[in-house]
Amino acid sequence: MSQSTPWFAVRQALSKKQVTTLTLLSFLLPILLWSLVSYVPFLWHPKVEIIEPGSISWLKPGMLVDRAVFAEQTQLAAEQQTAAPQGLRANPIYLPAPHEVAIAFYTAFTTEPTRSSEQWLHESLWHSIQVIFWGFSLSSLLGVPLGILCGTYVAFSRLQEPFIEFFRYLPAPAFGALAVAILGIHDGPKIAIIFIGTFFQQVLVIANTTRKLDVALLEAALTLGAKKLQLLFRVVIPGILPDLYRDQRILLGWAWTYLIVAELIGTSSGITWFITQQARYKNFDNVYAAIIMIGIIGVVCDILLARLGKRLFPWEKEQVKG
Amino acid sequence: MTAIELPSYLEKSAAVSARFEKLKQREVILEVKQLGKQFDSQQGLVTALRDINFKTHRREFVCVIGPSGCGKSTLIRILAGLEAPSSGEVLLDNKPVFEPGPDRGMVFQGYTLFPWLNVKQNVMFGLEMQGYTKATAESEALNWIELVGLERFADAYPHQLSGGMKQRVAIARALANKPRILLMDEPFGALDAQTRSKMQANLIEIWRNIDITVLFITHDLDEAIYLADRILVLKANPGEVEELIEVSVPRPRHSSQVISPEFLATKKRLEELIHPPGPEDDTDDLHMIRMTHVGDDVEIME
Repeated sequence: MSQSTPWFAVRQALSKKQVTTLTLLSFLLPILLWSLVSYVPFLWHPKVEIIEPGSISWLKPGMLVDRAVFAEQTQLAAEQQTAAPQGLRANPIYLPAPHEVAIAFYTAFTTEPTRSSEQWLHESLWHSIQVIFWGFSLSSLLGVPLGILCGTYVAFSRLQEPFIEFFRYLPAPAFGALAVAILGIHDGPKIAIIFIGTFFQQVLVIANTTRKLDVALLEAALTLGAKKLQLLFRVVIPGILPDLYRDQRILLGWAWTYLIVAELIGTSSGITWFITQQARYKNFDNVYAAIIMIGIIGVVCDILLARLGKRLFPWEKEQVKG
Repeated sequence: MTAIELPSYLEKSAAVSARFEKLKQREVILEVKQLGKQFDSQQGLVTALRDINFKTHRREFVCVIGPSGCGKSTLIRILAGLEAPSSGEVLLDNKPVFEPGPDRGMVFQGYTLFPWLNVKQNVMFGLEMQGYTKATAESEALNWIELVGLERFADAYPHQLSGGMKQRVAIARALANKPRILLMDEPFGALDAQTRSKMQANLIEIWRNIDITVLFITHDLDEAIYLADRILVLKANPGEVEELIEVSVPRPRHSSQVISPEFLATKKRLEELIHPPGPEDDTDDLHMIRMTHVGDDVEIME
């Protein structure tokens, strides 16, 4: 008989089936919790949605009132012997049910924007992706080489890192006003915020990754006759490439976290504009749909990059995670 | 103590003596002159090596042996040019060396193959550094890979190889540069006993077939005697040359010689040098805790 893998063994790998089950569960559990809170009235539902106002003049059908208030009004109506208001327990407006968000998710892509000047959801998203792309690319263009130089040559590290250590503690959004003053109100300052948020961390992280390269590999290269720049280009860079790639994946995630702040600077744009706009109209189902969309883009991006990494670096041993 | 009378380790058969005579006639490849090395440490200045002098001749196999902390790794790193000596000098073909170079190939104890290159590319690395074209480097590399018997693995990456195979690639990679001397720093230290003895036989085979001088560091006495023409014995604190022993075991060698009189005599001498009998040896009796009770059918040793 095939041996079954125990579910709880300290740092032991699980079977493929177990991993798939757990992966599904990790998404299903929160959804299940959300569904319970949404569809099972006695669990939470702190509000009452008015169906029939009865004799209470200020109540309107569809209105959400606190349960306590509703009870008070019902009692008042009973005392005055007039028609009692009727309603159903409901959740607050900021917590739509899963199916409402699912519908919003679908309709967000199929509904035309209310005003012709506004963008479709996918246009907003595409705009956000472009801001991230430029911010992250510019940061990488400078940050990756500088990080490698700092990790390779002590002189670079001593010249750059003290200032960068200082600068990385300055929160990127603090430069918002300055960025707008210098770069205008459109995409310039947004890209700048993502750049500031990413760049300084990037230099330090990549410098550290570079320093982690086994010195023995450099010594081996020296005894094989490698000199100066050959060491950098033939040993250091190929040696750290897989770790560098992993760092970049993590840093890209950070760039996304700066996106929302960045897009609020100057003229609000992209997915953030969509979210704030929908929140203003109290279309919270759309807000959730947009937030979930960001998550999906992030995860899909990361999975694709991980797959690509495996292709690019066939010499890397399998990372045991499961 | 010794049950059988062993000959002196200095006694050699006529053939072995003749071989040493011939060896000494050959040109000197590496010469170490009054080499010293001091480190700054928290305990102040520590002398790792003091007044080391020796020569290796062409196609000679020299082993360096000594207790841990005797500075044998420091010595080989200085020879490779990875560390600078505090005093004295290292001459290769009568020219002083200051930095690492392809004229001294090195095989490290740890696995230092480049993980992003496959076996063939690893062996080509040094050749490309010398400025050979890819095509030349490739055909050269394949020859060396064949020499260490890994032609079937030319396209494999290091992580797919066993420890012994990795060290064979490392040897091929170092030899591909056609160095004057091959420096080996406990290269088989991390291997299991079986693989290690296979690797020793392989190495001797390679050494016999090509024009290469070898300086090999080990802490394994049997390994040193099996491999070496001469054994440089270092002592610790500070690291100094204790004795330079000419191994009287005739070549070609094979593993059955470990019980030959010459082998045992040499080993006995090495043991005396490395673990000199001290006064504390008398009180070295292990205090045994009795873990069984009388009646457990166990013979009690008194």
